Amino acid sequence: MNADFTAEELQFEQEVREFLQNDFPADYREKIDAGIRLSKEELVHWQKILYKKGWAAPNWPVEYGGTGWTATQKHIFATEMGLIGAPEPVPFGMKMVAPVIMAYGSDEQKQRFLPDILESNVWWCQGYSEPNSGSDLASLKTSAVRDGDEYVVNGSKTWNTYGQYADWIFCLVRTDNSVKKQEGISFLLIDMKSPGITLKPIVLLDGHAEVNEVFFDDVRVSASNLIGEENKGWTYAKVLLTHERTNISGVPRGKRRLAALKRIASNTDDGFGGNMMDNTAFKKKLAEAEIELQALEYSELRTLAALSVGKAPGPESSILKIVGTELAQLMDELFVDLAGYHCLPFVPEQFEDGFQGESIGPGNSAAAALTYFNNRKLSIFGGSNEIQRNIISKAVLGL
Amino acid sequence: MDFSNTEEQQMLQESVQKFVHKSYDFDTRNKIIDSDKGYSEENWQLFAELGWLTVPFSEADGGFGGSAVDLAVMMEEFGKAMLVEPFIATAVLSGGLISAQGSAEQKAEILPQIMEGKLQLACAYAEPGSRYNLANIKTTAVADGDSVVINGDKTAVLNASNAEVLVVVARESGEATDSEGISVFLVDAASTGISIHAYANVDGKKAAEISLKDVTVPASARLGSAATAFSALQATIDRATVAVSGEAVGAMEALLHKTVEYSKTRKQFGTAIGTFQALQHRMADMFIECQLARSIVIMAAMKLDSGDNQLEKTKAVSAAKSRVGKAIRKVSQEAIQIHGGIGMTEELDVGHLFKLVTAVEIMFGNTDYHTERFASL
Ligand SMILES: Cc1cc2nc3c(=O)[nH]c(=O)nc-3n(C[C@H](O)[C@H](O)[C@H](O)COP(=O)(O)OP(=O)(O)OC[C@H]3O[C@@H](n4cnc5c(N)ncnc54)[C@H](O)[C@@H]3O)c2cc1C
Repeated sequence: MNADFTAEELQFEQEVREFLQNDFPADYREKIDAGIRLSKEELVHWQKILYKKGWAAPNWPVEYGGTGWTATQKHIFATEMGLIGAPEPVPFGMKMVAPVIMAYGSDEQKQRFLPDILESNVWWCQGYSEPNSGSDLASLKTSAVRDGDEYVVNGSKTWNTYGQYADWIFCLVRTDNSVKKQEGISFLLIDMKSPGITLKPIVLLDGHAEVNEVFFDDVRVSASNLIGEENKGWTYAKVLLTHERTNISGVPRGKRRLAALKRIASNTDDGFGGNMMDNTAFKKKLAEAEIELQALEYSELRTLAALSVGKAPGPESSILKIVGTELAQLMDELFVDLAGYHCLPFVPEQFEDGFQGESIGPGNSAAAALTYFNNRKLSIFGGSNEIQRNIISKAVLGL
Repeated sequence: MDFSNTEEQQMLQESVQKFVHKSYDFDTRNKIIDSDKGYSEENWQLFAELGWLTVPFSEADGGFGGSAVDLAVMMEEFGKAMLVEPFIATAVLSGGLISAQGSAEQKAEILPQIMEGKLQLACAYAEPGSRYNLANIKTTAVADGDSVVINGDKTAVLNASNAEVLVVVARESGEATDSEGISVFLVDAASTGISIHAYANVDGKKAAEISLKDVTVPASARLGSAATAFSALQATIDRATVAVSGEAVGAMEALLHKTVEYSKTRKQFGTAIGTFQALQHRMADMFIECQLARSIVIMAAMKLDSGDNQLEKTKAVSAAKSRVGKAIRKVSQEAIQIHGGIGMTEELDVGHLFKLVTAVEIMFGNTDYHTERFASL
């Protein structure tokens, strides 16, 4: 057993570090440290910087413009990105729809869609969930009826992250009502500018409209936008879901947040003449979070080691999803604990880019509660943590 | 032994329930929050007419009796409906501190105005670096002939933007964290040198950061005698702590109820999600947490109303706030989780109950603070 990097890997780590230090825009870093959300333009700009370097899509095969990195190199890259706080690519194109197009799309579809995803010219969003189909996704009802060379789509999708920015949406739609629910679903790509699509923003608890409802009213979609075969969409989507669950532990980001907690704690008065690093209750909780992070990191490394000898990510990835999200939520609580009264002001606009008013509270303490509220989503989406536990009990424990 | 509500408490409870039913649904509340003042003056007048504003005050002060149990019973109903009117700020904190520290004349002048709904106040005690230590007062008050000059910064002052009078805690002598040397002053909110940066809190209630620069008040603005206000401040905050704990008990009760109801109607996999045992146990745990929180708030309120010494009372208050804080995290997080995506939205009341109890967990000292205070007493 051996958890060390080789000399080449260490050199690679150095290279990644230097690149990020030099090329990740300093003002983005400042914004992220101040709790300010990057705009679509900024995210795209950053993504294009990665693209120019040839590092836009570490997980893609080389033939489509991937890096050809080993699992360990990908891990190093993800770690360094997380440590510096550089945003990962918006996952919907790069991590979610692209692997499906590569695996099941036609050559024409590959040429049409993949280069624009790689280059971040086109923004994608995910149209799976519906008001009545969340955990039980296969019960979805949005229908696509074939009419000549087109499908006519009717229904509604919801919880659509950043749909307001999206050019395209990949959808699971029902193409057959007469069979078992999993067997009548197709995977369809839809241009968001198509007539008949309307978007309704949903404001979440942090005051930000991060998600949308998407309504389809007789939307006509060329049949050439169907991925693979009709009624096979569920199989394709399942493959995608396992992709979604790799790299989800958030260990690098966790490390960065842990360092932030320590920094903030030593600058926060405990009210008795010391600072919060002198506070035993807080220190104990901080230590517990750090220990959990280490256990998670080594769990991820073990998964990674299995991957690098060719094993597919199995249901064990559910562990990473559960522990990663619950640890992130625990850290949210610690930020709230530190901020105390200073996280009570509900002033979401002061974390929007270009805010001109006078900010409230020391540092970005007023963001702590907002993040605490918003990150409750982590245990709900991407397959809720209850569903993940069901997977472990069924697929791992055989219950 | 009898833990049932007295007839008076029951009437109080029903009176709030009736008001909420008639005039305080979720949409109305949201409109009130969006209004200029962030609370309804009309409601405030109604609260006065209904006698609610007298509840925190003793009969000697002309009030309803000043029982902490009464107060907790009423606050529980406030919590269920998430009332944003500045009851804690004006009546419990400011009124409480005036009642505890003011001279007979000061009380006679101000308290009736509070109880009649004619005066809004804000109690400015916390400071940017004080965290939850009530004795940590860096705001200074320096006598200058017949006047006193106040300088300092106050944070998280509930209702400051609507208050005509600020009840300002300031230091006249001693070091920054001494409990000796603290005084309280009634300051006209329109005085020169006061600047108020107002905002709404996560629970919709108005609050503000205040800075006081050479604010000059007459010496007669000092409540009671100089440099002696700490124990009055602590006793007032202790009562307010029990009051907001009661508010949280109500809000958690509402979270539990709404979650259980939702789980009976929300169907996934062809069945109500409430039929999944994984969720049933979690809702059973929410219920347990609600019950324990209720019990310990009753205990603390009874202690405050008893003849026990101050130390016993303070210890009971910390026990309550600590245990309620633990319940808050558990009950509110589970409520959101079991609702799934819909629980994350602005549109549903569940998320707002979550935010309200999150604010209570911090208010007057968070769980860690009160656990440590309990251990240290
Ligand atoms: C911020 C946010 C962003 C999102 N972005 C997207 C997006 O871009 N695209 C998209 O398609 N979707 C998105 N989603 C949707 C997300 O995937 C769903 O919210 C999720 O699948 C849960 O579905 P639901 O909200 O309908 O909850 P439900 O499925 O109704 O679940 C409610 C509760 O019941 C539990 N539960 C359900 N079934 C079981 C069971 N069998 N056993 C035990 N417990 C169970 C759940 O875990 C949950 O606690 C997003 C959601 C959020 C909150």
